[in-house]
Amino acid sequence: MAGADGDDSLYPIAVLIDELRNEDVQLRLNSIKKLSTIALALGVERTRTELLPFLTDTIYDEDEVLLALAEQLGNFTMLVGGPEFVHCLLPPLESLATVEETVVRDKAVESLRKISQEHSPVDLEVHFEPLVKRLASGDWFTSRTSACGLFSVCYPRVSSTVKAEIRQHFRTLCSDDTPMVRRAAASKLGEFAKVLELDYVKSDIISLFTALASDEQDSVRLLAVEACVSIATLLPQEDLESLVMPTLRQAAEDKSWRVRYMVADKFSELQKAVGPEITKNDLVPAFQNLLKDCEAEVRAAAANKVKEFCENLPEDNREQIIMTHILPCVKELVSDTNQHVKSALASVIMGLSTILGKDNTIEHLLPLFLAQLKDECPEVRLNIISNLDCVNEVIGIRQLSQSLLPAIVELAEDAKWRVRLAIIEYMPLLAGQLGVEFFDEKLNTLCMAWLIDHVYAIREAATCNLMKLVEKFGAEWAQNTIVPKVLGMANDPNYLHRMTTLFCINALSEACGQDITTKQMLPVVLKMSNDQVANVRFNVAKSLQKIGPVLDSNALQTEVKPVLEKLATDTDMDVKYFAQEAISVLVLA
Amino acid sequence: MAGAGGGTSDVQWCFSQVKGAIDDDVAEADIISTVEFNHSGELLATGDKGGRVVIFQQEPESKNQPQCRGEYNVYSTFQSHEPEFDYLKSLEIEEKINKIRWLPQNAAQFLLSTNDKTIKLWKISERDKRPEGYNLKEEDGRYRDLNTVTTLRVPIFKPMDLMVEASPRRVFANAHTYHINSISVNSDCETYLSADDLRINLWNLDITDRSFNIVDIKPANMEELTEVITAAEFHPNQCNTFVYSSSKGTIRLCDMRASALCDKHAKQFEEPEDPNNRSFFSEIISSISDVKFSHSGRYMMTRDYLSVKIWDLNMESRPVETYQVHEYLRSKLCSLYENDCIFDKFECCWNGNDSVVMTGSYNNFFRMFDRVYRQDVTLEASRENSKPRSVLKPRKVSTGGKRKKDEISVDSLDFNKKILHTAWHPLDNIIAVATTNNLYIFQEKLN
Repeated sequence: MAGADGDDSLYPIAVLIDELRNEDVQLRLNSIKKLSTIALALGVERTRTELLPFLTDTIYDEDEVLLALAEQLGNFTMLVGGPEFVHCLLPPLESLATVEETVVRDKAVESLRKISQEHSPVDLEVHFEPLVKRLASGDWFTSRTSACGLFSVCYPRVSSTVKAEIRQHFRTLCSDDTPMVRRAAASKLGEFAKVLELDYVKSDIISLFTALASDEQDSVRLLAVEACVSIATLLPQEDLESLVMPTLRQAAEDKSWRVRYMVADKFSELQKAVGPEITKNDLVPAFQNLLKDCEAEVRAAAANKVKEFCENLPEDNREQIIMTHILPCVKELVSDTNQHVKSALASVIMGLSTILGKDNTIEHLLPLFLAQLKDECPEVRLNIISNLDCVNEVIGIRQLSQSLLPAIVELAEDAKWRVRLAIIEYMPLLAGQLGVEFFDEKLNTLCMAWLIDHVYAIREAATCNLMKLVEKFGAEWAQNTIVPKVLGMANDPNYLHRMTTLFCINALSEACGQDITTKQMLPVVLKMSNDQVANVRFNVAKSLQKIGPVLDSNALQTEVKPVLEKLATDTDMDVKYFAQEAISVLVLA
Repeated sequence: MAGAGGGTSDVQWCFSQVKGAIDDDVAEADIISTVEFNHSGELLATGDKGGRVVIFQQEPESKNQPQCRGEYNVYSTFQSHEPEFDYLKSLEIEEKINKIRWLPQNAAQFLLSTNDKTIKLWKISERDKRPEGYNLKEEDGRYRDLNTVTTLRVPIFKPMDLMVEASPRRVFANAHTYHINSISVNSDCETYLSADDLRINLWNLDITDRSFNIVDIKPANMEELTEVITAAEFHPNQCNTFVYSSSKGTIRLCDMRASALCDKHAKQFEEPEDPNNRSFFSEIISSISDVKFSHSGRYMMTRDYLSVKIWDLNMESRPVETYQVHEYLRSKLCSLYENDCIFDKFECCWNGNDSVVMTGSYNNFFRMFDRVYRQDVTLEASRENSKPRSVLKPRKVSTGGKRKKDEISVDSLDFNKKILHTAWHPLDNIIAVATTNNLYIFQEKLN
């Protein structure tokens, strides 16, 4: 017994227990999170007879406390005496499963599902299943919604009479008065179907599925689409046509765009679930309709699935289906009125080239890529550029470069800095695919122009970009093309540009190596230590600290040290501070 | 439902209760700004200009006085909104509660309350147990001698007096540039809408950081602005349908199934203007101040300055019924314009079975129109006949030249006393009528 151990060990636990009812939520929360410590100190018997009854009544607390409690109880089996006594955890979890706050209820259900596995088959029927029934026939919708998540965990392990009761309860909830409960049932339909015997799937689940899929509430119908995927996977191919397809066809043409959106969003899963034959006959036309839907949200969701859908088409006539059915729709989407649709398409369209091969790509896809590269919406152009690698593999990027360049230049000069930032991030990728020659000729000027952008985030990204380019093209390239331009900026009248030189040096020194750093960069940095702007001077100190490890010890001692010592006596506080920091980090004192 | 079904023809209304201060000196903060029954009628909420919400609960029926249905007594009072200041726009945000809407019933009660900018979800719950027993201190807070603490003690819950707690669960902020005039919970019980002068947003009740704009009538150039949204409501059982009314006197019905943005309405309800009544004030008085679906969902009612109109959702061209609320004011529009009364926003409500509608007027008069018996009545909410169970006498305003006995002349109406907010119990003949700072509850006289 804990009491026998004396005050010393008792005290911290006593504090924890007292804090379970402290005024301060944070203290209560801390205490709940250490519930296992309390239970351990109390021992299994007192935990069962005293702690759990207290916790069962504690549902008045704040949501975050209840959430923590619901989670803790899921791991409490050993603390109440092992699987034999696991059913003692049911009362507190039952009351938590009925509270109004969704997150708490969901967590309670999760914990109940977890501990259901620790019940013996007998306990499951004696304790757990009655709880599920109580919840399922509760007065308030909150308890009934919680019940929906518990059927599937007890069904496989109970006797056939109880199974029949469970099925009956689930059926009742599927036609509950409140949409909240029907939604909960619809979202668990697939999961429940998985644990049912196939005969019952055909007899029970299908009728429930059909009813939910034609519910008066959109929010219920759209959840039936998700269930459709699981149910279709369970049924043998020959039953799909008669049992699932009528409902799916109806959903794809639902009056409510939200339901059609759901079909579009789940299209790849549906395609896999119904198999190649139905895909060819049914899903292809359905997909065409979704791509031409009157609601932009639906078209965007469908456009997102174009590549995946095409990839998963049966290989024997994939190309023919794409060319005759899908491509015409895609062509229309390229000039869609809605920019989200176009940009969704732009993010996947390049993927079609690997599926269609070189000739089709050049003949049919290339014009689309080029059109999208000229799109008025920057996001569309960016999405094309970010996926260039797919095309590169198939036809080589040269085919595109003529159109690519103006698109890049335009994005590079876009008025919105976020757009400029996005294109900078693709520069290293582009450089890799276009090659050094093309880059020097066309893009280098852009990269240098970003260094003097008026937005700091762009200048920063531009510096980082230079580093990645040097990593790609090598030190020699840097020495010839980048370093002179960067160093030239050290004499710029604008101190922000002078600082950019320092930032570039920080980024480039390692990639450029000791030779270039010592011979070309260091003299410039040292010279800038006399800059009249204190911000530049303390950045000199920071730069010296940064490039120090790349320099040889001779240069450090003879050139860097005197300069830092001088800066350490600067009139400006910050300059002094950073100079001293550099001296100590480089061990020059 | 005999009472509710009988309409006004055989219903005699009697005084039940009055809430609020008696003195004539009205504090601004005490002015009632909204009244709403919950779905069972057991609770009645009011909001005021001081940002407070007061909830009344109907007492269980007493066996000794079967003729008197349970009275409403204060159940919970809480400060829903505080005055705020928008530093970016240099605007004061009033704490005044514009609307209250109850959520479907569960073990605890939930309601949405809104001021001009921020909507809040409140939970009103009961607690009748409290934990007792500490290890290290006595119940009164004195610390125990540690040496006496030899065993651990787990607190236990003991019964206590019922306590009602209101706690804010969600705050839906920063989505409205203009003033919120309506909130309405969808029948899917998952979403609700909020409408301001130019836009309507759709929210999920669980998500506070995101809402979807479903209607936007803001013109690109604000100088081209010709109308504003005055009220909006979801259909009681079709989750995809909602209506919004405008200052031009039109009501638009939108179908959310058709597209994500409901700028294009599915139906537009509008009555052609009578050229004979055309005047300088036509546009102002045709502005709709409230729109309410009937419980059945078949009809909707709109209130404009002078009348109440009932529309069948299947007929857009004209209302199926029109009731004059205070037609005698038509000749007074000029002075009503000068004292700003013409901009008063009167609300309206249906009785439980949609057979009677009620709306307010001036001089603390309120009007009921029986749709079945085609009868109407004017009643007055006043302290003078506030004896318990005294029957309300119908009032008459003299419109002709000669004033008959018991009639009150138009010129002696008090325009400072107005009834803007009324509510009807969803099942019984019990009504709540808000005068400036008093809440009157009337009920049908039972024999």
